[in-house]
Amino acid sequence: MRRKDRTYPILVGLFLLFSGAVFFTPRWFSFLLTVAVARSLVVLGVVLLMRAGLVSFGQGFFYCIGGYVAGFSSNAFGVTDAGAVVILAALGAVVAGAIVGLLLCNYRDIFFAMLTLALSMILYSVIVKNPALGGSDGFNVPPPTILGISPEAVDPRVSLPLFTFAVAFLLYALAHRYFLSGFGYAGLALRMNEIRLEYLSLSARALVFLKYILAGVLASVGGALIAYISGHVDPELAYWTTSGEFVFIALLGGTGHVLAPLAGGVVFEVIRSYAFDLAPSLWQMVLGVILLLMIIFMPEGLWSLTERFLERKRDEAAP
Amino acid sequence: MREPLVILLDGLVYSSWLFIVSAGLTLIYGVMRILNMAHGSLYAVGAYTAASVVGWYFASGYDPTLSYLVFFTCAAGAGVLAGLIIERGILRVVYGRDEVLVLLVTYAVLLILEDVIKLIWGVDAYFAYQPYAALGRTKILGIPFANYDLLLILLAAGTGALLWFGLNRTRQGKFLRAVIHDREVSEAMGINVTRLYTATFVIGSALAALGGAVTAPSLSVVPGIGVEVIVIAFAVVVTGGLGSIGGTLLGSLLIGLTRAAAVHLFPRGEVLVIFVIMAAVLAVRPEGIFARVKARKI
Amino acid sequence: MKGRKTFLGVAVSLFLALVLTAPPVHAGGTLKVGVVTFLSGAAAGPFGVPAKNAAELVVDALNNNMVPEPYNTPGIGGKKIEMVLIDEAGSATQQVTEFRNLVQKKGVDVVIGYISSGHCLAIAPVAEELKALTILFDCGTPRIFEEASYKYVFRTGPTATIDSVGAARYIVDLKPDLKSVSGINQDYAWGHDSWNDFISALKVLKPDVEVKNELFPKLFKGQYGAEISSLLVNPADFIHSSFWGGDMEAFVLQGSARGLFDEQTAILTTGETAMFRLDIPEGTVLGARGPFGVYAPKSKLNDWFRSNYIEKYKTPPTYPSYKMAQAFFGLKTAYEKAMKSSKNPTKEDIIKAFEYLEFVSPAGKVKMALGKGHQALQESVYGQFTKAGGKPSVKNVKRYPPECVSPPDGVKSLDWIKGGMKGAKCD
Repeated sequence: MRRKDRTYPILVGLFLLFSGAVFFTPRWFSFLLTVAVARSLVVLGVVLLMRAGLVSFGQGFFYCIGGYVAGFSSNAFGVTDAGAVVILAALGAVVAGAIVGLLLCNYRDIFFAMLTLALSMILYSVIVKNPALGGSDGFNVPPPTILGISPEAVDPRVSLPLFTFAVAFLLYALAHRYFLSGFGYAGLALRMNEIRLEYLSLSARALVFLKYILAGVLASVGGALIAYISGHVDPELAYWTTSGEFVFIALLGGTGHVLAPLAGGVVFEVIRSYAFDLAPSLWQMVLGVILLLMIIFMPEGLWSLTERFLERKRDEAAP
Repeated sequence: MREPLVILLDGLVYSSWLFIVSAGLTLIYGVMRILNMAHGSLYAVGAYTAASVVGWYFASGYDPTLSYLVFFTCAAGAGVLAGLIIERGILRVVYGRDEVLVLLVTYAVLLILEDVIKLIWGVDAYFAYQPYAALGRTKILGIPFANYDLLLILLAAGTGALLWFGLNRTRQGKFLRAVIHDREVSEAMGINVTRLYTATFVIGSALAALGGAVTAPSLSVVPGIGVEVIVIAFAVVVTGGLGSIGGTLLGSLLIGLTRAAAVHLFPRGEVLVIFVIMAAVLAVRPEGIFARVKARKI
Repeated sequence: MKGRKTFLGVAVSLFLALVLTAPPVHAGGTLKVGVVTFLSGAAAGPFGVPAKNAAELVVDALNNNMVPEPYNTPGIGGKKIEMVLIDEAGSATQQVTEFRNLVQKKGVDVVIGYISSGHCLAIAPVAEELKALTILFDCGTPRIFEEASYKYVFRTGPTATIDSVGAARYIVDLKPDLKSVSGINQDYAWGHDSWNDFISALKVLKPDVEVKNELFPKLFKGQYGAEISSLLVNPADFIHSSFWGGDMEAFVLQGSARGLFDEQTAILTTGETAMFRLDIPEGTVLGARGPFGVYAPKSKLNDWFRSNYIEKYKTPPTYPSYKMAQAFFGLKTAYEKAMKSSKNPTKEDIIKAFEYLEFVSPAGKVKMALGKGHQALQESVYGQFTKAGGKPSVKNVKRYPPECVSPPDGVKSLDWIKGGMKGAKCD
């Protein structure tokens, strides 16, 4: 029996809940939530690739591109509207993804992981070396206008989270639509057996190429949003440990559902925030142990908890 | 005419270091199909162990000539111990899982080890410069070189020869090659694969630690040195072909020599040179210079 | 359906629990100070931990009223100082998050911190947005107050400009007939800026100086074999380096082993942090990024700071320790000055008192003279390492007054240097 898909209403509900949080929770919490949601978009891209059996250790590449598109749009080209910048960031990712994707679509497994890592490190070194790009210190990004609303008119501490949530949940809805489409399922087939996939007259390379670009767009949009939220961009966005964090969050959440990255993202920010507080010099170890336990005991991620839970309910309900 | 020769020598020293540092990484991948991201942390363990041992040794005033033996052995020992714990305690739980998932397990190990190192040794720098300075220097072409660095070339050659001999001329090496070729069939033939895996991982870890140990005297051992090493070791190994000792040797030479040339001739492009080589090689030979042919499984 | 409701219920209560656990609490008699410095990573050993140690020492001593004149009053304005320590490691985004947590969740009154220039640049506008009084204690980039102006942000340490200009002046004084110079600096903003400032200043003083090598190895590279060969192949009178921490120490070790410093003199602008731990070649020019560490002028306050620090941590305080102490004394002076007009000074009162403030620290006199009164100005001091007395110390120490090594207020550093350092008063 197929469960009725309630994802869209849940997305709307979550959007309302999160938006409410902006008004009714302390500032630091709504900020943490906003960061988590923006970063979870990057994770959504990682998950999209993971469903096809590909692990990208270099989503920082696009994350950084998105951040710098936002930074340069407002600082150098006078494009200060967040709506326009998000679209520009997505376009930037399409262009960059199409170029490097041509090389990457020949690789799988560890090679894919390592090459994506190398790519992001190249971008990192290029920015660090180049004072015209702000060098290693990066530069600040002023608060944007949001769909024509200037930061003077509405407090950006309110408008920016709302805008982030709107963009993110829209993309989540589209991603859900995509996961359920033929293309989305082809990804699962790619992971299972590439050759059989080709017998179905689908090109594995084309599929990898396309998915890589899509994941890049998500990461780039996430990066652009983060640039506004933190008000600063620096090459650290492309450093490989940043990308490693996204893979971590993806595993934490799981790949079973489009909402898993969101759950993973929020849980991760909370864990990190508290680990930083309680064990300021051991937070890496806390993360490492959690990652290890997740892989060994809960390889499907936190999301599998809800699945298990629902399954049990259904079993109980069955006659 | 002097500069090209100096570049060659600089490049050889740097290549030797690269080879020592990345040989263990490629060995483990070749046999076990595990790309060990914690390799850099094992390197750091070796460096810290060596630095502490050297500090203690010279403070106690023993014979300096023996110090080399002592700190190499101790560092390798620390590597063996750490390798055993990681392989027996963690990796064997995930054998047979996706290659990429195992990669993530080693990433988790890296995160944990970084803090374990901090817990043991703190964040202050350690020095072990005595063995480095004690060997003196030799003037070649009018340019002084540290004898320690020149010996590194011999050490790298020795390590390479030993690895080659072990793999190609011994019974255990034959078993290893059989496992590399086809794990299941070798198991069916009665080879104890589990034990070979443990041995390989331990040797690989000891090599990483040894890499740290030989480096320790020439720098100050500080937090984060392992993380710096891992990226460059990856570049070497991927360029040469994952899992091939010969490939790693070639990759080390290629990257080491080009980097030295870049420092002398075009200092601003030095960092990018590594990646340019890597990209160029991979564009022509997608799996590195010495890649193995893989059977397609349907 | 019921299942989902319980699930939602759990989620909502978890959420509420999280939100309700940490409202800021404010006791009447304490001043909460957030201290941010590297506790992990490569910068922890040379900078982060010495700074943290100094913070602990000073806070403890102020709370127990153990500091000599002019700070022989308890706490800050009579309030007990409560310190909240945070690790500076991680990306700028993470630091921004942590900064918000400090201000909004933990409710600190003042934040003192940041060693990385990138972090300082990122934090300043956030501090402004949150209206949080923030004192940057160590980062060096002059961009902070040259590219923007801030109301809530102060920097009690001098900019990196004085290091480079001071270094150039010092070597010209040391060797008036110098012909050539090489540079080896890390390949990131700090290294590039340091070298650019240094060589531009040197070219003003010695227009025909020849640059033999201009090397920029990757940050944390650790192996400088090829670089050292290159420096040996084309020798120069001086080798300028702004390397810090492990990189600087590795360079000195490898260079000494190969006799690099036999004929060429190195200028290490952050060299002071290593002088008690490492065998530095005799005659090497050492900087401490201002009148800190061994260059701190003799005073009762300095004697107290130095001897107590050595007693507690078994090693002399280096420049990051001095700069951290300086930030606390700056805050204390401003706070107590503000109290003269009102018993319970508001943030605005403190800021007003802080702008253009003059105060003393273990490193001597500090003037908040640049950046509309938000940026400290201090002298630049250089000297040469010597072990002549058996113990590591410095000789040929030269002090350059602030007006000699910094641009006037409102002029950008590099423009000022390239324009011939006009208006510099050096006597």
